[in-house]
Amino acid sequence: MEALIDLLKHNPLIAREDAARLLGLTVNEVNARIAALERDGVIIGYQTVINREKWNPDTVTAVIEVKITPERDGGFDRIASRISKFDEVQSCYLMSGGYDLLVLVEAGNLRQVASFVAEKLSTIDAVVSTATRFRLKTYKENGAFHHFDVAPERLSVSP
Amino acid sequence: MSIPIADHVRDIPKSGIRDFFEIVQSMTDVISLGIGEPDFVTPWHIREAAIYSLEKGRTGYSSNLGLPRLRRSISDTVRRATGIHYDPLSEVLVSVGVSEAIDIALRAILNPGDEVLYHEPCYVSYNPSVALAFGVARAIPTRAEDEFSLRPEALEAAIGPRTKAVMLNFPTNPTGGVMTRAQIEAIADVCIRHNLTVLTDEIYSELTYDDREHFSIVAVPGMRERTIYLHGLSKAYAMTGFRVGYACGPNSVIEAMMKIHQYSILCASITSQDAAVEALERGTPAMLRMRREYELRRNYVVSALNDMGLECFMPRGAFYVFPKITSTGLTSREFSMRLLHEKRVAVVPGTAFGPSGEGHVRCSYATGLEQIKIAMQRIAEFCAEVREERTRTAA
Repeated sequence: MEALIDLLKHNPLIAREDAARLLGLTVNEVNARIAALERDGVIIGYQTVINREKWNPDTVTAVIEVKITPERDGGFDRIASRISKFDEVQSCYLMSGGYDLLVLVEAGNLRQVASFVAEKLSTIDAVVSTATRFRLKTYKENGAFHHFDVAPERLSVSP
Repeated sequence: MSIPIADHVRDIPKSGIRDFFEIVQSMTDVISLGIGEPDFVTPWHIREAAIYSLEKGRTGYSSNLGLPRLRRSISDTVRRATGIHYDPLSEVLVSVGVSEAIDIALRAILNPGDEVLYHEPCYVSYNPSVALAFGVARAIPTRAEDEFSLRPEALEAAIGPRTKAVMLNFPTNPTGGVMTRAQIEAIADVCIRHNLTVLTDEIYSELTYDDREHFSIVAVPGMRERTIYLHGLSKAYAMTGFRVGYACGPNSVIEAMMKIHQYSILCASITSQDAAVEALERGTPAMLRMRREYELRRNYVVSALNDMGLECFMPRGAFYVFPKITSTGLTSREFSMRLLHEKRVAVVPGTAFGPSGEGHVRCSYATGLEQIKIAMQRIAEFCAEVREERTRTAA
């Protein structure tokens, strides 16, 4: 299973025939294993890594550090899930350290981020404070590099 | 007048496939499965350690035997892999790649005319290295039906009055063959009974697949005192260009090898030695990632080759497959030449690794999967065309 997950992590589009050959399985076995992983919620989605400089370069990504007061019953979870529901929020993590939630927000421009923070995020009762930082440039995303080094040359035949 | 060349050097035959290599080098759009080195770049943390070493100004010689810290790391690594302890101060020597270690080991133990046995097909340097040390190299052919393991009967039959040593290389370049523990024990038994020295080149030992444990001959009781254990970082850690290898053995032989090493090489590059420390102490996760990738590609290649009618056993180590190509009616060299010219795929004729490699070619899967896929498709087309050609001629 680990090898299969690794393959899918690097390339969810891999042909099932190729995956089968690589893993020494039949195509049916590969299909069954992927179906099981999806059914069990191990795989919750497949995504495309976009080079932001080539597609919608004006999109703004902000990282927001949020301090919240946990609730007596729900702890952090209820607030976090509430924040996560906004379309602007791409990711939301509970963190250790100086703040509680790390919220990644994507929007069309700065003003949209500002209004999300001012009108949506800060107005939630449990939110104590926010600190917003903007992304300037991406070098690596989800394990994929945006700027590749030149491939080193190898001899074309060696013993 | 021309400068006279020493007889024993002149007598070493020119590599039979050098012209083939040169043709490949001169072509541009070739997919090469002919490469005997990892396609991965050295893991970043190891390269970073080399850079840091330079930044600190560590640019001098090291002790002839190698950096003490590296020798300690090697000793620990070998103990983990084999259970055998070598004293880092007196029983470990850091060399410039395993090739140098093989060379100085042979020079340290051979008197002119002493015979050295090796199993074939094998790495290209074994025979000439023995000749350069004034020894006599004798090949023991291994067979596809034994998955190119060395049979103890074959070894015993090859032993003569002047046989001094036997060279082993498992997992094997070019076949990917390995030996099980029981097989290794049987070989060790022959070596002990005939009082042979063993040079074991275990450069591919980490690259053993299917959750098998590599078993080293040095771990067999009675073998430590007669074995020179040779290893390096090139393959497992993708560090070929760093040129770091090592030899472990009883103090007397390491001392003798040291004599040659100190006068010819002095020491391995200190930058590379610092990188090697990083690799041995913290490189296991990266190595395991690469190994898994190789294992998947191996599955792919073996399945694709068998599907196209090129019989190929599942190799358990290294990063080569050694399919049989006799069903095409071509010799190894014809197959490789025509495949290169007609389909622009480079594989190495089995005969490059000794006459017993005839009927096979070596395909390396140390190449990205995308390239491998295209190569397999082209080889399949080639085989189909060759077979069709044969049917037409026969009809």
